[in-house]
Amino acid sequence: MKKINSYDELIKHKKEIEKNKRSELNKIIIKISLATCGIAAGGSHIKDYIIKRLEEENIKEYIIKDVGCMGYCYLEPTIEITLPGYQPVVYGNVDEHKIDEIIEKYLINHEIVDGIIPINYETI
Amino acid sequence: MSYQRYCLVCNSSKCGHYSKAIADNIKHYLRENNIKDIKVVMTECFGLCKQGPIVKIMPDNIVYSGVKPMDTKEIVEKHLINGEVVSRLVHENKKSKQLKIVLRNCGFIDPENIDDYIEKDGYFALAKALKMSRMDVINEIKLSGLRGRGGGGFPTGLKWEYAYKQNSDQKYVVCNADEGDPGAFMDRSVLEGDPHSVIEGMLICGYAIGSNKGLVYTRAEYPLAVKRLSKAIKDAREYGFLGNNIMGSGFNFDIEIKYGAGAFVCGEETALIRSMEGERGEPTSKPPYPAESGYWDKPTNVNNVETFANVPVIINKGANWFNKIGTEKSKGTKVFALAGKINNVGLIEVPMGITLREIIFDIGGGIKDGKRFKAVQTGGPSGGCLTEKDLDTPIDYDTLLAKGSMMGSGGMIVMDEDDCMVAVAKFYLEFTVDESCGKCTPCRVGNKRLYELLEKVTSGKATFSDLDKIKNLSNVIKDTALCGLGQTAPNPVLSTITNFWDEYVAHVNEKSCPSGQCKELIRYIIDHNKCVGCTACVRVCPVYAISGKVREPHTIDQDKCIKCGACYNTCKFDAIYKK
Repeated sequence: MKKINSYDELIKHKKEIEKNKRSELNKIIIKISLATCGIAAGGSHIKDYIIKRLEEENIKEYIIKDVGCMGYCYLEPTIEITLPGYQPVVYGNVDEHKIDEIIEKYLINHEIVDGIIPINYETI
Repeated sequence: MSYQRYCLVCNSSKCGHYSKAIADNIKHYLRENNIKDIKVVMTECFGLCKQGPIVKIMPDNIVYSGVKPMDTKEIVEKHLINGEVVSRLVHENKKSKQLKIVLRNCGFIDPENIDDYIEKDGYFALAKALKMSRMDVINEIKLSGLRGRGGGGFPTGLKWEYAYKQNSDQKYVVCNADEGDPGAFMDRSVLEGDPHSVIEGMLICGYAIGSNKGLVYTRAEYPLAVKRLSKAIKDAREYGFLGNNIMGSGFNFDIEIKYGAGAFVCGEETALIRSMEGERGEPTSKPPYPAESGYWDKPTNVNNVETFANVPVIINKGANWFNKIGTEKSKGTKVFALAGKINNVGLIEVPMGITLREIIFDIGGGIKDGKRFKAVQTGGPSGGCLTEKDLDTPIDYDTLLAKGSMMGSGGMIVMDEDDCMVAVAKFYLEFTVDESCGKCTPCRVGNKRLYELLEKVTSGKATFSDLDKIKNLSNVIKDTALCGLGQTAPNPVLSTITNFWDEYVAHVNEKSCPSGQCKELIRYIIDHNKCVGCTACVRVCPVYAISGKVREPHTIDQDKCIKCGACYNTCKFDAIYKK
């Protein structure tokens, strides 16, 4: 990776990142809360299961991201799904059964299922 | 089947009592009107529990609060069929209770990907600061009103200025990530979720005070935080944000991680510095302050993880933006770790000045199992408890101090009617007794004696003169201990004795524990009117204390009983009660 030597180079680099991210817009983005707490609640197992199920369903256009704590300790494991052209949706307390339901109904048919966590915060 | 609209019904904590009836009613009316393209979905908490139950219509983005099952017909017929909003139920105040500044990226970006951070304007604050003069950076932080988030609440800008004014060939920036309060996990979450924000904050601080060396003191028990932070430091070096001549400015800075062994006292800045030097983690008396003589006797600026995570936002958005949030003397937001007997255990970030009621009953979803709220402990073992009468006090550094508690690093442990406050005070004191480094007498001996006095209370052996002794000794320790750990250790005792004097008196006078928590003071008794003589309790009693014939009422021999509660939990007829 080349060094960023000035403010202008930083701006240039950010634009490049944004440009590269544009190709992600038509992909399903799944973020999995994997801080210590999420992992303890079984988050990494859920991640493996999601990848396995996506392969089984032959869904290829997806990105899986490990992220930090989303703040919903009482609802771990927690995942956030962004379908192309949709607002992100967060599901809490997911298990294998829930993942099956989410993939079948939401990922394939775009139908929201029970158990979403409404956004209850503002950010900057 | 694709749906035109979604009807979101909150199915969590308080709303949950009605949610099934509400959802069933809506489904019923939808069926009655032969509507098939609207789906009813159960959701988790909206963070508006006090105004619940909540129903939200999407994509219309209309929130209805205080919805009763009988309101559903109107919602379906008026809104869902005719598209007319039911104005009497609309929840007007759409402003959320939470505001994420420190947690802005936590849970949104990949912490191990520096590009994710740059995309969210990461390292732009650094670039901006490097173009400012050192004093301008410090003035910006001063103007923002940012105060130390580790608990003390010392103005960060002032601290930086002291360090800036020192003449020395070497200065240090230290990030205090030694999070030791029971039930607190704010710093860990920030380091695991957004390590670059802490690195950037340290860089800006290093530039401002004229230091080229940063150290993060963290616990070895946080392996994931250490792993992600190490990766972040490595990436930042590759990009040239750490190292020599950063972004062509001529400023050099690098960061090293130091591991602590997990002693609570090492969160105290002088003990932390001793520990980093390889000495015993014992505090030294102040002055000299670390800003004058700290790590290897050089000027050292110590700030907490959360404080550093605030810095890039202040530089990016400006001090005037930041100081509009919060109260007069406490600006910005605070991250709290909500734990204990509360429905929505979690990590929250709220603007200063929010009330406890909003935190516990809105964001937190109220007390578990519908029990009554009793108290909340803020500031961990150094803080105090706040009670029902404090629920509407706006929370900031000064109001909490005035109430005999403190902000602390942000642990918030909620207690319900089942908790005995004497036992709670004893629990926290036991923690400090364990964690005392033993250097000064008031803390080493005083807290131990104080603990023994509390033990006398919880075992029903105390007299009123012991209660006087407890108060006296607490105040002496407070006034004479060497460091913050000892000075604040009696806080839980003092605040519970002030707020729950009756409970202490009951332990002394009636030799009873009103909450039924203190083992020595409770007795398990079998109600002979309810006991059917099923012998279930006889079979689980580990000390054979229960006797009686089959199908006849049983009795517990109080001399043999060890109060394990096994019989109490086994009885299916509620025939055993605690006294």
